[in-house]
Amino acid sequence: MRIENHPILEFKRKKIIKFTFNGQEVEGYEGETIAAALHAAGVKVLGKSLFSNRPRGFFCAIGNCSSCFMVVNGVPNIKTCVTDLKEGMIVETQEGKGVIK
Amino acid sequence: MKEADLVVIGGGPAGLCAAISAAKSGSKVLIIERNKDFGGQLVKQTHMFFGSEKQYASTRGIDIKEILVNELKMLYENVKVMMDSTVVGMYEDGVITILHKEDNYFKIKPKAIVVATGAFEKYLAFPNNDLPGIYGAGAVQTLMNVYGVKPGKKVLMVGAGNIGLIVSYQLMQAGVEVVAILDAAPKIGGYLVHASKIRRMGVPILTSHTVKEAIGKDCLEKVIVCKVNDKFEQISDTEKEFNVDVMCISVGLTPLNELLSMRGCEMKYVPQLSGSVPVRNDNYETSIENVFVAGDACGIEEASSAMVEGYLAGLCAAAKIGHKSNDYEVKRAEFEKQLYNLRSGPVGQKILIGIEQIVNR
Ligand code: FES
Repeated sequence: MRIENHPILEFKRKKIIKFTFNGQEVEGYEGETIAAALHAAGVKVLGKSLFSNRPRGFFCAIGNCSSCFMVVNGVPNIKTCVTDLKEGMIVETQEGKGVIK
Repeated sequence: MKEADLVVIGGGPAGLCAAISAAKSGSKVLIIERNKDFGGQLVKQTHMFFGSEKQYASTRGIDIKEILVNELKMLYENVKVMMDSTVVGMYEDGVITILHKEDNYFKIKPKAIVVATGAFEKYLAFPNNDLPGIYGAGAVQTLMNVYGVKPGKKVLMVGAGNIGLIVSYQLMQAGVEVVAILDAAPKIGGYLVHASKIRRMGVPILTSHTVKEAIGKDCLEKVIVCKVNDKFEQISDTEKEFNVDVMCISVGLTPLNELLSMRGCEMKYVPQLSGSVPVRNDNYETSIENVFVAGDACGIEEASSAMVEGYLAGLCAAAKIGHKSNDYEVKRAEFEKQLYNLRSGPVGQKILIGIEQIVNR
């Protein structure tokens, strides 16, 4: 769900970036965050909460609240709302705390 | 360890202005910004600002950011910037630690610091308020206006203050349906010009209403709202249902200033300033010498006043560390006057009552 026509803003979409979300290939654009690309692709559930396993989506989108934690390239607790999308990224929903290697 | 005269934490409206005014006074400034771009929340403000010409009224927030960044560029001899860098600690010996990118930590010991860290969005308590699809109004604005992504198909807006009204309008500009705007207060909080524009577009504004419950399996599917009485208690049998996939929470902001409490600055809870704020003097210096503050971090107001506070704090911080500009008194009086004018309305009165409680003269 991308905005195509806007009365004030012009969205110059840059290069297409391919990445995977839970093993499935998804496309986004260079210059956008992981959470924005996922949202545009219709993905709203980014993880499961720590104790009750409830679905989690983003909330603040500016890096304040930690609601958007995901596992990115094997690293848990990445704030996907402020992390830029990169070609070939492996993005997975995070369940629980994640492990520091 | 790096050295710097003055460190400004945060490159939003207050921080940029603090840096500009300190650099103009002759101080060497380092701005530390968590994001990859300057402007803070200005980057998503597509509406034209109120206030007066001095604070760029009738200019869109996104353009104000460009104006400020260009001004900063002209002062390149005195200004250094560190993007993608988060201040993670401020210590008693004056050292601050910074995390650059993901794994690069280092320390700086500046002569003075201006903390301009801004604010974060408040939340509302109701059953299932954690469902994906329930977002802060600012988040929706970022998604739409920065990335060009629609938050969903149908939106219920909670909060009829200026942010709630403006974001509702921006949602419609982006082609998203807004089914209604709710507010628990009996009156619309935002400017009536905004409210009438939205009503003309066919969106009802329901005052004295609150969210009773959100419903959905994995994501938001439905919201049940109800009326409240003058004590904000829910009235039974007044429920209405809205089938929406997005609910936007716009119930205000609160100052983001953990760094200041961490450093040991004296803090005070002041409802008029929307949260816990540092006690300060007229020069925007907190209870800890050479630690200054400006903008929403010292009380929630508009971006226009945050900019003027930034100019003032930057001017005073530079003077304190030996870079008092020749026209210090003139500039100071001018900025004070601008703030006075910005705070002349009813909302300003509330802010002034709040400021009275934290300023030591
Ligand atoms: S959504 Fe709040 S930190 Fe990412």
